[in-house]
Amino acid sequence: MQFLDFEKPLEDLNNQLEKIKAIAEKNHVDMSASVKELEASLEQTRKHIYENLTPWQRVQLSRHPERPYTNYYISRVCNKFTELFGDRNVADDKAIVGGFAEIDGEPVMIIGHQKGTNTKMRQLRNFGMANPEGYRKALRLMKLAEKFDRPIVTLIDTPGAYPGLEAEERGQGEAIARNLFEMVNLRVPVICIIIGEGASGGALGIGIGDRVVMLENTWYTVISPENCSTILWRSWDFKVQAAEQLHLTSRDMSGFGLVDGVLPEPVGGAHSQPEAMAASLKEYVLKTLTELKKINPDKRIEQRIEKFSKMGFYEEV
Amino acid sequence: MSSTWFRRIKKGISTETKEKKEAPDGLWHKCPECRTTVTQTALKENLYLCPNCNYHNRINAIEYFDILFDKGEYKELFDNIAPKDELHFVDVKPYAARLKSAQKQTGLLDAMTVGVGEVEGKKLVVACMNFNFIGGSMGSVVGEKIARGIDHCIKHKLPFMIISKSGGARMMESAFSLMQMAKTSAKLTQLAHAKLPYISLMTDPTTGGVTASFAMLGDINIAEPKALIGFAGPRIIKETIKKDLPPGFQRSEFLVEKGFLDFVINRKDLKRKLSDVMDWFGK
Ligand SMILES: [Zn+2]
Repeated sequence: MQFLDFEKPLEDLNNQLEKIKAIAEKNHVDMSASVKELEASLEQTRKHIYENLTPWQRVQLSRHPERPYTNYYISRVCNKFTELFGDRNVADDKAIVGGFAEIDGEPVMIIGHQKGTNTKMRQLRNFGMANPEGYRKALRLMKLAEKFDRPIVTLIDTPGAYPGLEAEERGQGEAIARNLFEMVNLRVPVICIIIGEGASGGALGIGIGDRVVMLENTWYTVISPENCSTILWRSWDFKVQAAEQLHLTSRDMSGFGLVDGVLPEPVGGAHSQPEAMAASLKEYVLKTLTELKKINPDKRIEQRIEKFSKMGFYEEV
Repeated sequence: MSSTWFRRIKKGISTETKEKKEAPDGLWHKCPECRTTVTQTALKENLYLCPNCNYHNRINAIEYFDILFDKGEYKELFDNIAPKDELHFVDVKPYAARLKSAQKQTGLLDAMTVGVGEVEGKKLVVACMNFNFIGGSMGSVVGEKIARGIDHCIKHKLPFMIISKSGGARMMESAFSLMQMAKTSAKLTQLAHAKLPYISLMTDPTTGGVTASFAMLGDINIAEPKALIGFAGPRIIKETIKKDLPPGFQRSEFLVEKGFLDFVINRKDLKRKLSDVMDWFGK
């Protein structure tokens, strides 16, 4: 169990608890009353902390090293999965995975950003930062899904599209733009779920859907709090303020109508009970697919366009 | 829609005539590229191109409209749409104050101006970004004006052009700014379904979310010479790869070579070429 800085009280209680358990075991004494008391205190403290999370703390949770990634959800949510590789032009991008999946016997195309789970894999996955090939692979798979009338589920978790030299040479901007344009008119239901970091165009590039929802402790906005701090405050030190000013939490985003809902996470975050999180994600997907399938494709596209067209604030003077 | 025909004459020419009288040939312009100096008047007559090295100085909507539309006549559309600081965003300065000072400095409400006029007798709607307004950053007003421009084109069966010049998203509008990428792309699909042409002209600079949405979605994507065009800015790329960038990287000519632009067009040839293209489209 890795504790974040704001979870220090939990770490302390956890250490005490382990100490007492060890003493009890070593000396064969009954300390169950103290254990119970500490466990209750631990739960209470956890609840208190998680009910009062700041935007920056949620950003930290969205990046928790133990947080479940796309491949984890695929393994828990889908009873079958066949991964498909490559954009048919340049390469296979390991920062975006996708393929044929079945959820409770329901065939879908599932696509998502994938971060690595250890140092080697993090490099292989490029920290979840896709190149143009990733977006083009995603689009290829989405068009394939459309052709065979299969719904699409995307899982979003990226610190941003990769700002590299080759990425620019191969048209990072064009690749994302093309996806936005094409996703708007997909004739099959599209569900997008932000499962971790939703950074800017890199997230939006697989984020145009009939339903776009965020897990509770994720963030989604135009720039990371660190980069926002660097640009606007001209210093790395204002990430906490930037996180607040950006209103990047799931609650904010849902309140603005920029996403369609929030999927609650277990107390302690998605990583504390990943199986429960996966189960609730699966339930949401199945329920929503049933809803979306009832809508005629033309109507669905019309509603999608209408939803995104309404986004923005301005006044007429 | 308010009628603002000949606004150019009110705002543009009259002030500049005054300047000319007060300081005949007095305002000099030094080319940032080759250091050649010319008078403001000569520069304007040369469409803000350096007479020595053809450097394309940055200009805003009012100047582009003057260059593109016949006799410089056009009607401004949706000029009543103003930004709103919905998030009460504050960094080192409140966004509301930034807006106020930008409005005061530029006489504009926001970074996008939409005009309809004729190009060699053919009607065209042009949405042009103003880099002088908070770096041409894309906020809700930019997206809304593009959306309404597209609706206007569909209603009147007119071709559409966007002149991009932007540092990218407007951070102070946070996710609302991000969603303008989705909004403008969604609206462009409607224009495409109506089979109306969309010409995207990229000028220096076109970066970030603007590149990753409407700028790259033209039926033709064209650019002025040597314009910086990219998704990530050169500084960020340099920091990422820890190497110097090759000369000409992310410039218009580079993008043509990589296959992302249809052609590069000198500002002097822009109107003529635009007219040819519109003839081909037949709209
Ligand atoms: Zn020059």
